[in-house]
Amino acid sequence: MSALFASEEWQVLMDNLPTLPFATWESFYATILSTFLALVIGIPLGVLLVAGEQGGVLPLPRWLMQLLNVVINLLRSVPFLILMIFVIPLSQAIVGTSIGTVASIVPLVIASFPFVSRLVESSLREVDGGVIEAAQSMGATPMQIIAKVMIPESMPSLISNITIALTTILGYSAMAGIIGGGGLGQIAINYGYYRYKYLIMAVATALLVVMVQVFQSLGTWLATHCDKRLRR
Amino acid sequence: MIEIQHMTKRFATQSGTVVALRDISLSIRDRDIYGIIGMSGAGKSTLVRCINMLERPDEGTVVVNGREMNNLNAAELRAARREITMIFQQFNLLMQRTCLKNICFPMELAKVPKAEAVKRARELLELVGLPDKADAYPAQLSGGQKQRIAIARALATNPKVLLCDEATSALDPNTTHSILQLIRKINQELGITVVIITHQMSVVEEICNRVAILDEGTVVEEGEVQAIFSNPQSAAARRLVFPGGAARSEMLPGRRMVRVAFNGTQTTDKPLVASLAIECGALVSIVAADTRIVNGQTLGSMLLALPESREDAEKAMAYIRNYPGITCEEVEA
Repeated sequence: MSALFASEEWQVLMDNLPTLPFATWESFYATILSTFLALVIGIPLGVLLVAGEQGGVLPLPRWLMQLLNVVINLLRSVPFLILMIFVIPLSQAIVGTSIGTVASIVPLVIASFPFVSRLVESSLREVDGGVIEAAQSMGATPMQIIAKVMIPESMPSLISNITIALTTILGYSAMAGIIGGGGLGQIAINYGYYRYKYLIMAVATALLVVMVQVFQSLGTWLATHCDKRLRR
Repeated sequence: MIEIQHMTKRFATQSGTVVALRDISLSIRDRDIYGIIGMSGAGKSTLVRCINMLERPDEGTVVVNGREMNNLNAAELRAARREITMIFQQFNLLMQRTCLKNICFPMELAKVPKAEAVKRARELLELVGLPDKADAYPAQLSGGQKQRIAIARALATNPKVLLCDEATSALDPNTTHSILQLIRKINQELGITVVIITHQMSVVEEICNRVAILDEGTVVEEGEVQAIFSNPQSAAARRLVFPGGAARSEMLPGRRMVRVAFNGTQTTDKPLVASLAIECGALVSIVAADTRIVNGQTLGSMLLALPESREDAEKAMAYIRNYPGITCEEVEA
């Protein structure tokens, strides 16, 4: 035990301990902000994917739907590591720099909004077609069906899927540490990968694990508590 | 009131075009309870969806309240749909809304002020007999209660027509009975025209005044329920009217047939066929029977062959006519 406390590993951990709370905060806000922006883009796209198809509530031209699908699949198939490098000029243009937590939000949003739109799509598809037909039979407009039927009726599933997006984006944000993305990921990579200091890497990883647990528990709790189909 | 003329509806499937409805012409009068009956796949659901344009007919016209439904633009159609509401086999309630908010939903769509909508929704809950379920969610209700909420929701916009798409098919016989009573009450008290799609003969028997029999996309018979029941002409009508699809005159040549319907006769009452033999001395044969007992009441129908001698037959017929709790008609088998 005393050998551990005397080791260089321990020394590095102790030296960097004060930076961990801030790094945790950076990871947290990069994740929350990226998820929020990904939802802002992804939810309308997910709605279009369901409502816009032939036989949907708001049918769109076939070519437009095909284009939408191709773009989403394309963005989803680029590995995140490569995508980060691709969008460096874009980050520079938008936030003025390509390093740091704020800059990492640009690739995070671009990588996650197509994923979010697919998750939203799958949630909305769970809504019973009969309920949509009932709304149509009452004279609902397409926008009313989307806003008052499809989204509220799939809310529990949407919350579950948004939780999945949140934890996935947290994982991506740690990866952004490689290109100087800041946060816990950068600490883990800088010390663990470049300097072989595994103890601090383990501590940074443990903090990420705790964050995932908290997000997931919160999301599961919310999803079950807003679902009125469950008898309580 | 509802005038359907030469309506045809086709569906494109992978194995070619299917004609779901072929040259349908029907006229449904104000305040009718109009039954449309047929086996599954006969096109009933498509037909009812063509009335409110959830399905677009390929040919022919549908006129409701003097408005030609085919020619309405999107906004006009939405307005028209508030007067032609619909209930469904699977109820189709919004599962994440309370019953009260489900009933408010069509009024919300029509931009009725909230306070007014809530007031009307509470009145409707009273009308369908569930005033204590305002804050319950659909998942907490039984099937019959869900259908009552769906009926209340359908009445929210003061419709002139109520379309019922297999509205009782997912319910047990007892609940079916109570829902049909409610629909009759709505028809009589609010003067709403009702169109009922069903495959259950008992439903037509219980509340419809007119009926159309649909078979493979065409109307094979149409008219007063009593007339069709006593003298079904088409093969499809015979299948539906006669229990078990029976009734071949060649089975009992020369015998007169009478169809007896039990509309909730108490099972503790004296038995019909035995009483006929003992009290009337008439020996009738049961040609076919399809009856069931629900909560001590007999429902269903029976086909009896009257005695051969003219005199005995008359006597038996008179006896059956005066028998309590049943309706009967002589049929040409």
